[in-house]
Parts: sequence; C-alpha cells; structure tokens
Amino acid sequence: MKDNSIVAIEQPIHKNGTAPTSKAPPAATTPKSGGWQNYVPKIDGQLLLKKSLVSLASILVFLLAWHFGAAKLYDIEATEKVQKVLNEQGEVAAREMIDCISSGEVSCQPNTLPSPYQVLLAAQNLLRDHRAISDKKAEFRQKVANTNADRKAQGLSPITYTGRPSFVDQILTSIKTVIAGFLLSMFIAIPIGIITGLNQNLRMAFNWLIQIFKPVSPVVWLLLVFMIVKTVIRDPEIDKSFIISFISVGLCAMWATLVNTSVGVSSVQKDYINVAKVLQLNVGKKIFKVIIPASIPLIFTGLRITVSVAWMVLIAIELLAQSPGLGSFVWEEFQNGANDSNAKIIVAMFVIGIIGFLLDRIMVFVQHSVSFDKANIA
Amino acid sequence: MHNIVEFRGVSKGYGEGSNRTEVLHDINLNIREGEFLAIVGFTGSGKTTLINMITGLLQPDEGEVLFKGAPIKGPGHERGVIFQNYSLLPWLSVYQNIALAVDEVFPNWSKTERDQHIRKFVEMVNLSPALNKRPSELSGGMRQRVAVARALSMDPELLLMDEPLGALDALTRGNLQTEILKIWSANQRTALLITNDVDEGILMADRIIPLRPGPNATLGPEFIIDIDRPRDKTQLNDHPGFKKIRNEVMSYLMDLGDASKLQQSKTYVLPDLQPIMPGTRSFPFRKAASTLN
Repeated sequence: MKDNSIVAIEQPIHKNGTAPTSKAPPAATTPKSGGWQNYVPKIDGQLLLKKSLVSLASILVFLLAWHFGAAKLYDIEATEKVQKVLNEQGEVAAREMIDCISSGEVSCQPNTLPSPYQVLLAAQNLLRDHRAISDKKAEFRQKVANTNADRKAQGLSPITYTGRPSFVDQILTSIKTVIAGFLLSMFIAIPIGIITGLNQNLRMAFNWLIQIFKPVSPVVWLLLVFMIVKTVIRDPEIDKSFIISFISVGLCAMWATLVNTSVGVSSVQKDYINVAKVLQLNVGKKIFKVIIPASIPLIFTGLRITVSVAWMVLIAIELLAQSPGLGSFVWEEFQNGANDSNAKIIVAMFVIGIIGFLLDRIMVFVQHSVSFDKANIA
Repeated sequence: MHNIVEFRGVSKGYGEGSNRTEVLHDINLNIREGEFLAIVGFTGSGKTTLINMITGLLQPDEGEVLFKGAPIKGPGHERGVIFQNYSLLPWLSVYQNIALAVDEVFPNWSKTERDQHIRKFVEMVNLSPALNKRPSELSGGMRQRVAVARALSMDPELLLMDEPLGALDALTRGNLQTEILKIWSANQRTALLITNDVDEGILMADRIIPLRPGPNATLGPEFIIDIDRPRDKTQLNDHPGFKKIRNEVMSYLMDLGDASKLQQSKTYVLPDLQPIMPGTRSFPFRKAASTLN
C-alpha cells in the first residue's frame, strides 16, 4: 500500500514537471536570432554573433536551472502535502489530494517557488489586470466628467478614481518616488558637497555628521521622516505617504553623492587651479568654470551610486511606509497568499531589476554627455 | 633699458623644521625689458619654483621679487605663463580655453572684438582647423600651441615659459621654437624661458643664465649670445659663435654636475649614542605606580 501511494504521488509530479518544458520555450532565445543576423555589422560580425550566442546560452541555462529547481521544490512541497493528508485524514483523502494537485485546481496547489512559465503567466495576468483597471478608470472619468466640471466651477477639488491601482500604476508611482527622492538628494548633496569640498575647515566640521549618518539604515530614516512630516503636514489633502517615502529615499541615498562631490571638489588637479589663479578668475568663475567641471566625473559616479541606492531603498521603504508602489505590491502579494502571488512577486523582482538597470544606464548616458573624462565611464 | 623683473636676495624652501630643504638660495637676477632670457638647469634644480615666484603663485621666503619696481603679490594679467604640462582645461574647446583668458583680461571689449582677438591668436599658432576641438583630440604639440596662444592672447608684458617644449618630440619642438620666436620678434615682449636644453636656449635667447643645481640653488654667470636674429635652427650648427657658446655653457653645467656629485659623498657624523638594554632602566611613571601601590 505504501509503495503504491508513493508511486501514485510521483505521477502528478512528472506531469507537472514536464508540462512546462513543452509549453514554455525559453521566450527570449530562438525566435529572434534569425533577425539578429541581418543587423550584424560587417566588421566583427562573427564576434558579435559569438557574444550574442553566449548571452543567449546563459539565459537558457538560467531558465533551465530555474525551471528544474522550481520543479524539484514543487515535488518536495507536493509530497509533503500529500503525506500530511495521508497521516491526518487517511488514504482516500490523500488520493483526492493527488488528483486535486494533478488537476491543477487552484485551492490545493503547493506554495513554493514558481516556475518560469508560471511567472510569465502571472506577468500576462498583471498586464490584463492593468488593462481592465485602465478601462474602468476611463469609464469612471467619463462618468464624473460633468460633475468634476461643476465642482471645478465651484472651486472644489475634482473627484478622483480611488480603486485599486494596477501593477503598472504601482511601477509608475515607484519611479515617480525614486525620481523625486533622487532630485532631493541631488539638491541637498551637491551644494553641500561643493561647499565642504572648497573649504577644509567646513569639511572637517561636517565630517562627523557624514560619517555618523551615512551608515544609518533606511528604516530609521523612514521613522525619522515620519516623525517630522506627521507634525509638519496637517492637511489631510496632501499625500503624506508619498512625501515621507521620497524624503526618506533622498536622505538615504544622498551620502554617496555628498562624499564624492566633496572629494571631487577638494582634489581638483593643481594645474587647473593654477590656471584659474594665473587668469585671476573671480570666485564664481573659478568654481563654475574650473572646479565643478573638473569634478563632474566624480560627482556623477556619486550620482550613479545614489540612483541605485535610492531604487534599492525605495522598495524597502514603500514596503514599510505602506505607500503605493512596487514595494507595497510585493508585500501585499506576500501577505495575500493567492495561488499566483509568488509568481507575481517574481515578476516584480524582474521589473525592479530591469528598472534599476535602466536607471543606471540613463545615468551613464547623462554622464557621457556632460563629462569631459570619457574614458573612465563604464 | 631698465629692468622689468628684479630678484633681490630671494630664498625659497619647502617643508618645516628639520625636513625643510632650501630650494633656491640668495637669487639675484635682473630681467631687462624687451630681452629674451633663458635659464638653463638640471631637472629638480628649482627652475619651476623660480618662475612661479614671478607668476605670483609662490611667494619668496626671504628677499623680494619686483615687477616694474613693485613687489609681486599674486598672479597678474601682465605676466602670461605657458606651463610645462599645457594646463588646458580638458572640458573646454580650443576656442573656449583661449576665451576664458581673453574674457578675463579684456572684459570691456565687445563680443565681436573678443571673438576676433581669439581667432587671431588661434590663427597665429596655425590651429584654426581645430578651433572647436577639445584638448584630448589634439596632439601634444597642438596642445602646447593652444597654451602659447592662450598666454599671448592676454597680451602680457612679460611672457614666462616653464619648459614649454619639454614634453614634445624633437621635430615638433624645433617647429614650435621657430614659431614662438617669430611671434616674440613680432611683438618684442620680454620673455623668460626656462629650459633644460642648452641648444634651445642658445637658439631662442639673448642671454643664458645657468641655475646651479639645488638644494640651495643659485644662479651662475651669464652667457651673452650675440648671434644675429633671425636665427635659423638648421644653419645654427655651422655658426662659429654657436659652437663656442654651446661648449662654454655645456662645460659649465657639466662641471656643476660633477661638483654636485662630489658634494653628495660627504661623510656623516653620527651622534654618540649608547644602546639601552631592556630592564636596566626603570621609567619614572613605573616608580610612581609602584609607590601608589
């Protein structure tokens, strides 16, 4: 009997393990490679082909490892689930459970790492959900258009859609928050960095502050900002959670820029300073025409670190502050525990990673266009 | 002809206390108006320190440096400098680099006047095609020409050149020497050239003064070069006066080099110290500590 049950248990596992391979061809690999070759420039075409093949192969390996790893985890989880039912409710219930699992019934699926295919499905679901919500919003807007016009005439604020935000809305909120936080840290850190970089006494005076506050965790910054903002902003109309999260992001992320700007400004090559002296440039010209351009490479290195720190910290802060965004999306999905919650979390993970990467590329692009020191930009 | 620059008993050193080294010691030098003076010396003999006291980037520790009778307090537009390493601002184009100087020196000119002025000097050093290029896109010789144009565009009364051609290859150097000479003779400004190349000094200068190697560098005797201008670098080798002066300056410098080597082999007197063995001597604080117990 026991033998029988174990064999029976393995059946759904195989089904479930093999099914995704046929259904989910690693999306990014084969279909595009034909089109690729047409774009390959004549010079170094082979090298490029080789490079793209290698990266495609690495994606394939990654997806395969993920797929089989997820299948293995699924096996373990499913076996345990059935075993538990067998021990607690007997054989009949266990057989029902096996059937339930193999039928793909939502309620009895084991909760584990989702496979690549499931993640893809979750992503599609999220997009479908977004479209549905967008439609609803448009509908709502049409409905309240007249009312809002009246309210505007009366000097009242318009009625806005207060339904659940879609995944894309949350991504946009996160990006908005990170940009606000980044700008805040830029406007704080660069001027202070320049001032402290110019004056050694000020640098020493500020140093303790920088050294002590630099390692403070995002969570603590959030609480600090919360303490202050909740007292300062009493107006219920203002979106406090957004303000709290972007200020915390800014405060967490600004230190890299502050330190780098300070170092960059204080270590401008002596030759350039000598030129400024010999030409008798006044203080303003000396700072804006010589010192700042000379320290641009280091300032931008700092800004790049700031952007990536801001993005990383943002997720944690949104998660804690309950402000809308990717962080709270991840947390809600985790708390939610629906069948595809795990897959949605993985989708969010990829989205977070890709956006972080794009933000970094944007910074590199900007750095490239403003910096004289082209060689040192990775 | 009166003196445009005077050094009166100037000494300059770096460092503090026992680490202090006197680079220049008791320098007395007169630069006459309109002349081309070359100071020749070994590397590390304090040539740059000397010129930086005329530019006003450094102040003498002792004595004083006078420009037209008044002590030099800081940099000024009447003294144009060509630095050893070009010192162009890499984020500015050729035009902008020169404009930075011109805008500063002639703030009252109209925009078109300044523009023409800048273009004139870029033309003078044959860099018009590279007007909008950045220094990183230029060769070493071209960069140095920009530096020359920048210094000259300030219309200085005194042109200071700190080994301006030291980093260039021999052919480019020859070209630039001729060009600088041409520009100098057209404007007839006073010029001070610092160099480690005796031939360059003889080709360009009216007088050569060797700087004896530091520390405690002092100036040697002057050598007058009475070769008619314009001097042609290619024909200079056949000039009887050239060889004579060259030999004189070279042998003077060579002797100096030997002498400084000899000087270095002096014997050091070590202080008379006795080693202290561990445990043979108790320190005061230990005594104090034992009495406390």
